[in-house]
Amino acid sequence: MSSSTLSRPSTAPLKPANRRPGSRSNRGSSNRGGGFASKFTVNGLLIIGSAYMVVPVLWLVFASTKNAADLYGTSAYALGNFSLFENIANVAKQDGGLFFRWLGNSVMYAGVGAVFGSLISVMAGYAFDKFQFRWKDSLFGFVLVGVLIPNTATVLPMYLLASLVGMTNTIWAILIPVLCNPFGVYLARVYSASYVPAETLEAARMDGAGPIRSFFALGLPMMMPGYITIALFQFVGVWNNFMLPLVMLQDQQLLPVSVGISIWQGYSVPQPEFTPMVITGSLLSIIPLLLAFIMLQRFWKSGLTAGSVK
Amino acid sequence: MATQALTTTVRRRGRALAGTGGRTAALFLVPFFAVFAIAMIAPVIYSLVLSFHSQQKSGLGFGEAKTVFVGVENYVQVFQSETFMEGIARLGLYCLIYIPCMVGGAVVFALLLDATVAKARKLFQLLVFLPHAVPGVIAALIWAYLYTPGISPLVQALQGGGIQINFLDAHMVLPSIVNIGVWEWTGYNVIILFTALQAVPREILEAARVDGAGEIRAAVSIKFPLILPALSVIMLFTIIGTLQLFTEPNIISKATASVTSTWVPNLWAYDAAFIRHNLNQAAAASIIIAGLAAILSLAVTRLSSRMNKS
Repeated sequence: MSSSTLSRPSTAPLKPANRRPGSRSNRGSSNRGGGFASKFTVNGLLIIGSAYMVVPVLWLVFASTKNAADLYGTSAYALGNFSLFENIANVAKQDGGLFFRWLGNSVMYAGVGAVFGSLISVMAGYAFDKFQFRWKDSLFGFVLVGVLIPNTATVLPMYLLASLVGMTNTIWAILIPVLCNPFGVYLARVYSASYVPAETLEAARMDGAGPIRSFFALGLPMMMPGYITIALFQFVGVWNNFMLPLVMLQDQQLLPVSVGISIWQGYSVPQPEFTPMVITGSLLSIIPLLLAFIMLQRFWKSGLTAGSVK
Repeated sequence: MATQALTTTVRRRGRALAGTGGRTAALFLVPFFAVFAIAMIAPVIYSLVLSFHSQQKSGLGFGEAKTVFVGVENYVQVFQSETFMEGIARLGLYCLIYIPCMVGGAVVFALLLDATVAKARKLFQLLVFLPHAVPGVIAALIWAYLYTPGISPLVQALQGGGIQINFLDAHMVLPSIVNIGVWEWTGYNVIILFTALQAVPREILEAARVDGAGEIRAAVSIKFPLILPALSVIMLFTIIGTLQLFTEPNIISKATASVTSTWVPNLWAYDAAFIRHNLNQAAAASIIIAGLAAILSLAVTRLSSRMNKS
């Protein structure tokens, strides 16, 4: 491409709306390349790709409506005898409602991680952005190292330490690690820089507000979208965590739903009648996350952007 | 003019927020670094200590085991272990298949989504992100069923077409687990790349079109180079994530004997701690995995910053 063509579009009429991300759906109308064939190919490929993503989840939905005999007997996407409610009832009955105890545990672990872990991260990120102090760069370097160490590489070390102090098989073995979210600190620093103008804090300081008060009264509310994003990702991260609770917890009453279901899967190998319960339990355990993601779309999209575009 | 100068000074001074130095910053940072120390630094240090020691029983094996300093012996044993090295090789092979498939798929899907003729972008984004709302355990469970003959519509359909594939035999199980990873992570990265694509200046694309470059040409020679920074971040997190491989093989190992208890390094470390009860070797293996992650992510960061400069 020559440089003369690069300067040409400055004269080309471009509707401002067309340049705003996310609202370019009408861009194609003026495009001579938008013939039927390419439209067909592009959208066809998009449909195939999306089908690959959606079909396994759809299978889970269909499979959870079947009892053990139909699961092995009928074709996968046919509705057999509709046994979804029977399956749910069986899940609820097993071991005196243990499944709902697991769901509750997951909500508690993920909730504590999301609310308090993210607050801790947001406070640290805000401090890294707004305050000047000694060793700032090296401390932030520590945070980045924390981002780069794989989670599972610290699980066994954490277990070894926890067994030294006798904390395995307690809720604290889960609740303390979920408070630590170095990536959240990194994101919070980005959010603080873009959402909280230093002028506002300066004005608050002139009015006599201390730094803590101005954080809770001004900084935190301004960073709320960022806080919600970090909390959402932390919630999902803890909800999905498998190795940490698997290693730390032996008491079935303390397990989160991820480990609980994998135990049922283990039972289902010699006893196939457990299979519908594994499938239905899986479906029940993803519904809260699906709802959270659909309702909070705006936030996870902005979180992904802030994380990748430095 | 004067107000502008004033804002600039305020902004400059505001970054320092005079009077809010070390002590206030500490108040904001202490909670994070406290959990960071407990959940990351202390476990790693304790594991380092453990990894240089060994439990030795005196004489005939009666009485209490003694902890003795053995230097790097544990590390030597881990590296000499055939199963561990096989696990490393397998993980390397997994990376070689997984990273091109997942990242390549994400790039193609994001470019398709950004093509002018693409329809229903919001819906497609939501659909490809769906797998990310499914926890790793559940994703592995769903696919384990989709790989199991007798219950899987996939196996059934292939058999109907005269193709006999056992997804869980010794040769196919690695690609089958790669597929689970691809399913879980492609959509997440599509969203990141699509957001990066939206930031590509429309003027450049318009110029290329005026110049006669077709949609595909514009995608390959303009859009793709401009999303390379986002791509290098994705590579970094993908490599860190891949080293964590544990959940999927752990779940699949219950459905097939092809996945052994030492299949990948993380499983090896878990097996060392809980089946062989050799905590010192488990600690050494964990340190090796964390070190490997550190080296690889450093290499990717170096490489990508060099690429971005040139």
